Amino acid sequence: MAAKRNGKRRSPSGNLSFRGWRRENGRVGVRNHVVILPLDDLSNAASEAVANTIKGTLALPHAYGRLQFGADLDLFFRTLIGTGSNPNVAAVVVIGIEDGWTKRVVDGITKTGKPVVGFGIEGHGDIATVARASYKAKEFLHWASELEREECPISDLWVSTKCGESDTTTGLASCPTVGNMYDKLVPMGITGVFGETTEITGAEHIAKSRAIDAKIGEKWMQVFQAYQDEVIEAHKVDNLMDSQPTKGNIAGGLTTIEEKALGNLEKIGRTCRYIEVLEPAETPAAGPGLYYMDTSSAAAECVTLMAAAGYVVHTFPTGQGNVIGNPIVPVVKISGNPRTVRTMAEHIDLDVSGILRRELTLEKAGDALIDMVVRTANGRLTAAEALGHREFVMTKLYRSA
Amino acid sequence: MGATEETRGKRVAEPHFLVHSPKDNVGVVVVEGLRTGTDMLGLITETDKTLRLTASADIPIGHKVALKPLKKGDTVVKYGEDIGRMTADAASGEHVHVQNLKTKRW
Repeated sequence: MAAKRNGKRRSPSGNLSFRGWRRENGRVGVRNHVVILPLDDLSNAASEAVANTIKGTLALPHAYGRLQFGADLDLFFRTLIGTGSNPNVAAVVVIGIEDGWTKRVVDGITKTGKPVVGFGIEGHGDIATVARASYKAKEFLHWASELEREECPISDLWVSTKCGESDTTTGLASCPTVGNMYDKLVPMGITGVFGETTEITGAEHIAKSRAIDAKIGEKWMQVFQAYQDEVIEAHKVDNLMDSQPTKGNIAGGLTTIEEKALGNLEKIGRTCRYIEVLEPAETPAAGPGLYYMDTSSAAAECVTLMAAAGYVVHTFPTGQGNVIGNPIVPVVKISGNPRTVRTMAEHIDLDVSGILRRELTLEKAGDALIDMVVRTANGRLTAAEALGHREFVMTKLYRSA
Repeated sequence: MGATEETRGKRVAEPHFLVHSPKDNVGVVVVEGLRTGTDMLGLITETDKTLRLTASADIPIGHKVALKPLKKGDTVVKYGEDIGRMTADAASGEHVHVQNLKTKRW
């Protein structure tokens, strides 16, 4: 029995720290995956066969990669390359139907300095490809399994957030808990991100005012308005009731998008301000601080984009009990709904329902979340990891050619 | 449950509903199985002030309660902000949801 809990650590200087894997490019990961990455839908079978052969590797099957073009293709490559480049990934084997685009993904990931190799199926067939890729995957796995964690300052941690199956308790308890965490950790130098562009409808005046300056606020407003004009207004057939808010939101007591948006924005706390507006899956380049990313509000799509941007731990407030996970990033679930905490206990990492009963202050809830984030970074498996939730979902902008 | 004045940091009675801002005209029920006729204790989280209200309906946990009589066309305020428009009247203590509140957007 270990005498010391795998909990919050402070370095000799008294600053918050965690133990992670420092990668070749200096970024720090909290998981150590060897990923088998299919370029396209056609390569899922071979990729899954390799992961089945070489135990401990992780295949990331997905639905796309054929005949995409323009901005949609750019986003596709940014997401795939970003996923392989994430510091939670030690090494990558890419498998594609042909060599050209396979090489494009390999070249993108190579920039991180981590081991990566690609295999094309055409001219070889699945069986020979699986054999060749499996030898390489085994080699990478042995190498990765001997890498050691090291003590890192909290400023090396990139923490994303997005909520799901929200209800009124998320706005009262779990979202402001995340906000309290950001208010405390952003001044310590972490890199954060929030997104969900449609889900700020009704609170856009507040979101705009939380930018670091007027220029970034105006940039945010343009992103917000473009989503309204190009996606919502262009395709809506009614007021989006049951989609946004979702059926689950409504069952939980949320009535309008404005109400949902105001609760959602509680995730950015009271004091921190976002310093830049990111494209979907774009890696932050303006230094530590809070960022905004233009994403949909669908949980798996949003978390996948944030993981592709390089975030290594995700904080996920839920009211009614969204069960989402991600294959490469631990998703920490926080709930303030006492019924959800009782009926879906196995999915919740942090219970903040005491806020509703006035037993728990927001201040203490924020500290408890920081503790859980650090424990998760140190290796504690999240509920979603234990339950095998590996939702890896690409964002598609429009139909393929 | 006593209607004592609660202050921050002290042991407080468990509220039946919470209100984000003193500007709000709806609160959120935070207990399960709330029955019509219940003499409810409410708490405004921004100011820590308490209030009392009688439930005029069975309201599920997480659902909204009208803090005063709301008329069709009235703006509903939560977090001190506009969250939509009443599409039907609701008496004080009644359930406010999709049957009487609608977005002003989209």
